[in-house]
Amino acid sequence: MKTKRLMVSIGILALSVLFIGIGVVNKEHMEVMQKAVMVCLECIGIG
Amino acid sequence: MFGMHRHRIGRLSFQRLCQLVFAVFINGYAAGFQKGKIYTGKSKAFCVPVLNCYSCPGALGACPIGSLQTVLGGMGHHVPFYVLGMLMLFGILLGRAACGLLCPFGLVQDLLYKIPAPKIKVPLKADKPARYLKYLILLITVILLPLFAADKTGIAPPYFCKYICPAGTLEGGIPLLLTNESLRSAAGALFSWKLLVLLVVVFASVCIHRPFCRYLCPLGAFYALFQRFSFFQLHLDTEKCIGCKKCERSCPMAVEVTKNINSPECIRCGKCRAVCPTEAITLGKHQK
Repeated sequence: MKTKRLMVSIGILALSVLFIGIGVVNKEHMEVMQKAVMVCLECIGIG
Repeated sequence: MFGMHRHRIGRLSFQRLCQLVFAVFINGYAAGFQKGKIYTGKSKAFCVPVLNCYSCPGALGACPIGSLQTVLGGMGHHVPFYVLGMLMLFGILLGRAACGLLCPFGLVQDLLYKIPAPKIKVPLKADKPARYLKYLILLITVILLPLFAADKTGIAPPYFCKYICPAGTLEGGIPLLLTNESLRSAAGALFSWKLLVLLVVVFASVCIHRPFCRYLCPLGAFYALFQRFSFFQLHLDTEKCIGCKKCERSCPMAVEVTKNINSPECIRCGKCRAVCPTEAITLGKHQK
């Protein structure tokens, strides 16, 4: 049971790293940055 | 009293020190507060593991919940691999320890609870179902609405950020409006609504410990899904436990520590460990 849970944890860890890698290759981090470097008018309540 | 002064560094608890250091670390662009502008450097491409508005003048990274809505609601409506990967990474490594040890808005709630005022213990009949509200907020405002409720331009607004997030109002809205006349003049009904939400959370935080984390935070809801499998686990030695329930009385999230120490509601603040008279609670690896 302990080993199974550990295997699931390692699996999720590996999947997360894979997802980040795919995202970086697709330049999704730049999409995040483009939003983050501009004042989010919705976030601050301006709309 | 035995145990009360463990896990402290000087006068600060380990938790408080982590919270303060991380809050300063991720909001370190001090010039932003002075100039009334936000940071535009490359570090904004990185998601921080906590709810921290990227429109906070000091923010050096991106809010993961804001980023998730941005990618889901963008023109491409594609699978948000990068943001999802970052969230999963934080979730599997930390579980909800990010909530208890790192989140600046969690710190704000902790400090508000210290204000002397009548404290409310939310009845179990109301508390239990209310805990599911944050999962609904995650599903509806963070995932479904950005995916399916775009405006005429084909881009969906970040619904959680726009209508709910009090951290955005506190960290971004108020500092920017105080230093920007043009933004101040543009504030209208939406800002009034967001201010009201913030005030409700602030006043609730004085009487209830961490109400936003318990009932409303979509990031906490996401991390809770990973709690069972995260590498950050607590262990209760049942042979050492004397059943005094000091752990449960000290828990800010009202977790039944002796029944489920790795509850999805546990934010790993360490208070239970600090007060346990027999040191029955330890950081542990995966248990059975």
